[in-house]
Amino acid sequence: MKRLDALQVIYPELEQAVVVTIMGAVAAELQSIGHRPNFFYLQHAMGLASSLGLGIALARPELQVIVLDGDGSVLMNLGGLSTLARYRPRNLLHVVFDNESLLSVGGFPTATSTGTNLAGVAAAAGVPHTATVRDLESFRQEITAALARNDLATIVAKVDATGPAGFLTDLGLLENRFQFQRCLRDWPPRQARA
Amino acid sequence: MPVSAPNSELIYQALKSTGVRVMSALPETWLVHLIRLAEADSEMTLVRLAKEEEGVGISTGAHLSGVKSAMLMQNHGFLAAVNGIVSCAQLYRIPLLMIISLRGDFGERDPWQTEGGLVTEELLRALRIPSARLEHPSHVQERIQKGMTLAYASNRPVALLLCRDLMWEET
Repeated sequence: MKRLDALQVIYPELEQAVVVTIMGAVAAELQSIGHRPNFFYLQHAMGLASSLGLGIALARPELQVIVLDGDGSVLMNLGGLSTLARYRPRNLLHVVFDNESLLSVGGFPTATSTGTNLAGVAAAAGVPHTATVRDLESFRQEITAALARNDLATIVAKVDATGPAGFLTDLGLLENRFQFQRCLRDWPPRQARA
Repeated sequence: MPVSAPNSELIYQALKSTGVRVMSALPETWLVHLIRLAEADSEMTLVRLAKEEEGVGISTGAHLSGVKSAMLMQNHGFLAAVNGIVSCAQLYRIPLLMIISLRGDFGERDPWQTEGGLVTEELLRALRIPSARLEHPSHVQERIQKGMTLAYASNRPVALLLCRDLMWEET
């Protein structure tokens, strides 16, 4: 499964949610499909995307938050999984694209390549629903089920260690940050509320 | 326990008066009353962390969602959070109010706290984070209020240092 194809498959759900991504390929590929003002790309601070999503989910329980994380980032903040589970925000869906490598810095293998099972770690941390998927159809089903369940879930999608040629986009970091903050002031959009 | 309950209450009420509604915390001795006050307050969302750096993410998420927050941590927790402070809060211009207990300063009896005490204020300066010491009850309300005002005007982290003379009642 390619991460770009997986992002395409869930893009209609992402459009309706408040989305926080990690840096690198996830951010660049989601922007290549189409940036939205309700998407925030944390272009550094590896590990903190899930904490940032938790902050939004707790501060604004009426919003559906989707965090698009990666194996390298999750491994830098495994304790964060225990914090996610502790507060169990029902409006947070945690997606982890696991390519078993640190792709953007040379493709060196992470510990998931030698057996660390991130869905297992999340489950043992207390995340109530976890799954590992390896194909697009299972990925789509797990995402749909998690959103319908209205409960915290960590879905690990095993993806190929391939990505875009470059990671720079023409969306400025602060442009993204202030646009996202303004967007959340009036989210969901009025026409979608009825 | 000789941690000052009245001064902790003063600090807590000052934080609430600035509009703080989310607090992230990792316990340490000097913070026990503050954490219990947050826990007992139905208007406050207390987020107990595994490591302080997570608190930078929590506060960033809260800020982008329109909610004021504060981080409660020991200075060694501040040391553990530095990359998050630099590459999340500073990179993205987040008004991050950090309440840091300054262990390892004059009067410290615990040998394990002394090294962190030596570097805390130097590191804050190196990071260009404005900080103020809270050493006396008369400092609390005004400096917390002004710290929050500066954090929001500058869209940057600001630190308030909880000092021994404020937090600890010698027995």
